[in-house]
Order: sequence, then C-alpha cells, then structure tokens
Amino acid sequence: MSKELIRLRNIRMAFDDEVVLNDLNLYINDKEFLTLLGPSGCGKTTTLRIIGGFTTPVSGDVLFNGVRINDVPPYRRQINTVFQKYALFPHMNVFENVAFGLRMPKVEEQLDENGKVVSRRKVKISEAEIRTRVMEMLETVSLKGFETRKPDALSGGQQQRVAIARALVNRPKVLLLDEPLGALDLKLRKDMQLELKKIQQQVGITFIYVTHDQEEALTMSDTIVVMDKGCIQQIGTPEDIYNEPKNAFVADFIGESNIIDGVMVRDKLVKMYGREFPCLDGGFAENEPVDVVIRPEDIDIVPVDQGQLVGTVTSVTFKGMQYDIIVDFRGFKWLIQTTDHSPVGARIGVKIDPDGFHIMKKSQYSGMFGDYSSYSDEYDELSDAEALDDGEDEGAEEERREEGYAE
Amino acid sequence: MRNKWIAAPYVGWMAVFVVAPLIVVLVYALTREAPDGSWYLTAENFAGMAGYAAVFARSFLLAGIATVVCILLGYPMAYFLSRERGRLRSMATMLIMLPMWMNFLLRTYSWVFLLERNGFFNTLLSSIGLPKLDIINTSGAVVLGMVYNFLPFMVLPIFSVITKIDNRVIEAAQDLGAGSFQVFRRVIFPLSLPGVLSGVTMVFIPSVSTFVISRLLGGGKSLLLGDLIEMQFLGAAYNPHLGSAISLVMMVIVLVCMGIMNRFGEGEGEAVLL
Ligand SMILES: Nc1ncnc2c1ncn2[C@@H]1O[C@H](COP(=O)(O)OP(=O)(O)OP(=O)(O)O)[C@@H](O)[C@H]1O
Ligand SMILES: [Mg+2]
Repeated sequence: MSKELIRLRNIRMAFDDEVVLNDLNLYINDKEFLTLLGPSGCGKTTTLRIIGGFTTPVSGDVLFNGVRINDVPPYRRQINTVFQKYALFPHMNVFENVAFGLRMPKVEEQLDENGKVVSRRKVKISEAEIRTRVMEMLETVSLKGFETRKPDALSGGQQQRVAIARALVNRPKVLLLDEPLGALDLKLRKDMQLELKKIQQQVGITFIYVTHDQEEALTMSDTIVVMDKGCIQQIGTPEDIYNEPKNAFVADFIGESNIIDGVMVRDKLVKMYGREFPCLDGGFAENEPVDVVIRPEDIDIVPVDQGQLVGTVTSVTFKGMQYDIIVDFRGFKWLIQTTDHSPVGARIGVKIDPDGFHIMKKSQYSGMFGDYSSYSDEYDELSDAEALDDGEDEGAEEERREEGYAE
Repeated sequence: MRNKWIAAPYVGWMAVFVVAPLIVVLVYALTREAPDGSWYLTAENFAGMAGYAAVFARSFLLAGIATVVCILLGYPMAYFLSRERGRLRSMATMLIMLPMWMNFLLRTYSWVFLLERNGFFNTLLSSIGLPKLDIINTSGAVVLGMVYNFLPFMVLPIFSVITKIDNRVIEAAQDLGAGSFQVFRRVIFPLSLPGVLSGVTMVFIPSVSTFVISRLLGGGKSLLLGDLIEMQFLGAAYNPHLGSAISLVMMVIVLVCMGIMNRFGEGEGEAVLL
C-alpha cells in the first residue's frame, strides 16, 4: 500500500501567461485511491493530463516508479484514462471501443538484472482472449447486450460506462478518471461510486480520480488532494480533511463551516466575540489572530441563560434529517444543523464543546468564507452538482418566505 | 408550418432549375422528330447509342483515373494540412484555393501553352538537350487537366472532415496504446472516409461530363461524353434528342455509382457535402 508509484515534482504549468499549476508537489502510492478535489478551473484536468502524458509541464518532473517519464508519449505509459467527456470512438460499436486497447500491438521487453533491455518481442492477444476479456468487462459495468450499439445510440451514463470499461480492460497500473460520474443521475452515481471502489480494490490498481463533488471524494478516497487556483491546499485522508482543514478554503469547500475571526489567547483557549472558549488546539503564538471553524452539527442549542453566545434565528429550512437554521450573532450569520425546531425571530443560546472548535492559521482565504449572510446563494453554488437533488428550490423559496415573515 | 414557408423559395428554385430541365431532357430523349416536323415517341435514341459504347468507356475510365489520382494526391495533402497550425496552414489553403478564383477556360488554356509541341515544357526539355515529348492531345493530358482543375474539390472536403475530428478521440486512442500509425489507421482514416466520399463525388461528376478539357488538351482525338453531348446540341451533328438520351444514360450510370458508394460508406457515417 505504501510503495510510491508516481511523483510530481515542482510541476509548473501555464497556458500563454496564465499560470495554471504553480509548483505542484505530490506523490501517489501504489494501489491508492487518490482524489483531486477542487472548484472548476483549479487545474485538476491539467494535472491529470500531465500524468497521462497529454500535456508537458513548463517545468518540473513526472516520475513513475522513480523513473522520469516527462518525455514518454502517452501510448507507452502504463496509464489509462477515462476522459471527462468520454471521447468514445464514434465509428466503432461498444465491443470494438472496449477492445481497442487490446488490439494495439504491444512490445514486451525482456530486461536483464540491471534493468537493461535485452530483447523486444511483439505480443498479440488472440481474438478469443479479446472476446472473453471484453465480455467480462462489459459484464462488470452492466453493459452486456450492448456490444453492437454505436456510442451515439447510448445514453450519457452508458457511454460513461463504456469509457470506464475501455480503460479498465487493459489492466493498467494506474487509471486516471476525470469526473467519470458527472453525467449520471444521483442514484446511478451512488451505485457506480461503490462499483468503482469495488473494482479498484478487486483489480488492485491505483486510481487518480478527479471530481468537484466533495461528498464523492469523502466516500471513495484513501487520500484527498484539495486544490484551488493551481495550488494544493491540503493533502490528507478524508477524516483529516474534514476534521482538520488547513485553511478557510478547505473548511468551506468540504462540508459546511462557520468560520469566525478569533484570537488564540494561549494553548487550548480561543477568544471570539470578546469571550473566551476552551478548545483542544494548541501550537499557536500567544494572542495570534486565527480563523475558528465550527461545523454546523457541533453546535448545541440551549436556553438563552445557559448559552455561551446568544443570537437571533433569521431563517429555518427543513432538510428532512435536520433543520438548517441561520442564526445572527451580532451581524455574523452562522449555520446550525439541529433536529429541534426553533421559530424565526426566536432568541436562542448556543453551546459548543471544546472538541467542536477547529483553529486554523490565517491565510489568503481568511474572511472570504464561512459567513452565511447570503445563505441561499451560497447554498445553490455549493450544491450545483446536485441541482436535481431533493427539492432545494423549495427550501430556498421557504427561506425567502420566512425572511419576509420575519420583517 | 413556418418551416415550410421558409423552404418555399428553395422549392421554387428546385422546380424551375432542376426538375423542369430534367423533364425537358426526358421528353427529348424519348422522342424523335419526323420529317414533317412532328414528334413521335420512340426508343430509337437509346438503341442508337450502342455505337458510342467506346466513348462511354473512355469517359468513365479517364474520370475514374483522375479521381483516383486526386485521392492519392489530395488525401495526403489534406492530412498534412490539417496537422498544421497557423500561418503555414492558411497559406497552403490559399494556394489550393487560388486556381479556383481564375476562369476555368483560362486555367485550361494555360496548360495548352505549357504542354504544346513548342510550348513551355518542350522548350525547357530541348534547351537541356532532351527530345521533345508529345504530351498534348493525349489521354494523359486530359487526365492531367481533370486532376489539376478538380483537385481542390478533393482536398477541401477531406481537410474539413479531418479538422473536425475531436482531438480527445485521438488522445483516447493514444491513451489506449496507439502510436501515430495506429491512430491514423484506426481512427483518423475511418473517420475521414465521408470526406473522401464527397470528394470523389465532386471530382468524378465534373470529370465524366467535361468537354472543355478534352477539347483543349485532348485535341478532339479522345472524344468524351461531354464532347459527344455538346456536339448534339451545338455542333455539326445537331440532334438534341440523341444528346438528351446520352445525358440521361450518363446521369443514371453516375447516380447508380454514387448510390453504391454511399451504401458502401454508410457504416462510416453520412456523406457530407462541403
Ligand atoms: N489548452 C488550454 N489552453 C489555455 N488554457 C487552458 C487550456 N486547458 C486548460 N486551460 C486553463 O487552465 C485552467 C485549469 O483548467 P483545468 O481544465 O485543469 O480545470 P479543472 O480543474 O479540470 O476544471 P473543471 O472542474 O471545470 O473540469 C483553466 O483556467 C483553463 O481555462
Ligand atoms: Mg476538468
């Protein structure tokens, strides 16, 4: 699990004068499920294309098993790709699409002890074996019976599964997947997430997966790489990324976060709103200004006289499992998720346990995220990937109505 | 409803300039003029055509050769042009288009000047001590004229189809282990066939029916269908009934050829006219 397979070293990439990747450093272990996560345009596809060999970085090295492969063309890399827009061969049916890689002449190299090539031999896979492997693969992606269809006679989801099958059938060492589930509906996407994860563990290959859906990233990955504006913001396990975000961008991008300006009085004591709160974090300078992250589910609503802070409810949205309430604390709006209903206009107290705080150093993102004043807008933006999901429009409408009610 | 009205001018145009002339041709082909000036229905025109089998054969053969030469020259041209970017590409496209802006007769006459017994090439040859060649007034010269005049019609559709191939599909092929030869053989070539098909149509049809080229470069020695038809309408052999019948038969043969070809190419996508 922990053997390093791919390393990107000081990768810089620019188109014309626009810097797209800025000094990227990343290593990927063998058999790892690594996800590149970030907003649109942050350079995910570009990173993938550099690993696949379709783009040459302006500077920096790509290493595979310790060997620099910057100049190795894509067709000689042991890497296959599921492209963002499928890119199926329009003139071939499903079977031929999937068989394509198997039909390519391959050169098998015999190495001596020192790793020098002693002989080369062309290998061809027999038609019978191609048939078996393609049919097996089509079975895996539940596309049996579609062999003779042309890509334009398939739905988006079916095309995507052909693209996955076409790449996987070659048993690559590494599979690059660029938002492979983007075109699928929620239900099929969930199924395919599990399916892909299962395939990855069964076949035992490295997956480098690109998505801008944070939930997808959290469910599937061993490691998540959060990117923004061509820079890596944080690398870690899903738990790390969620519980210990490094800066306001990561905290905001992964899940919901209230991010408040604070000061670290000393270890395990943070001050905000002029009040001191016990917390578990340390390692900051005395009185260092910090960003304080409080997840909406870590906040308890209590009677006003028992609250550490007191605020006014400005909006309530029913979400099925819980209510999303927006509470105004002296002009700064928090999102609180709770199972108890509080009416709009009510004054409530809140209590946060010490482990509910996460303290972050100030960064370029400080002050940009974590305020829910423009709640409905932000919510739409965050969940655009799931726009078809459970009646959000209704929620937004409700909120508008309640806001009107409150005035 | 609205769409139908938009198509009206086009339908009108087709009726006046395509359907009506066809009917006239059909009427002429199926009739003859009696000595008293009245017309009678007959198949004589078609029966009398057997004598021209050699002309038919020569026309189709020369047009076929010209088309094949156009594919052999035009495909690589279109392919490399589509690989180029920027200035070189627009320059080369210009050069291919340039002759098309010149009058067809003028272009063909200039070849007469070049190929003549005492023309440019032969002057050149004799100036370096080589014997003169008889190029003009041969079938070869006719084919040369066809290729020269119609080559752009082969290059352009192929070029436009190749440039429209999605680059991601090519990358996908590379990703799956295809080197540049395999990418060409398995992706670019099959996807470019519709372009070849429309190129063939656009070269073969004018070649098979040309009369200017054969007149000027063939010296009237290798009579083609175009010449034959032209003679029936404007020449000494004035007989529009026979001329119409020949036109009709030629048209049917061409249509059948194209039909077979399109059927053959159907698996590779629709034939697109530029
Ligand atoms: N060929 C190109 N020429 C110029 N700019 C490019 C090119 N490819 C990508 N870019 C730019 O590089 C940046 C990163 O693009 P990239 O495709 O890597 O984003 P992404 O993270 O994959 O986004 P998305 O989630 O929308 O797919 C963008 O600003 C984009 O405009
Ligand atoms: Mg992308």
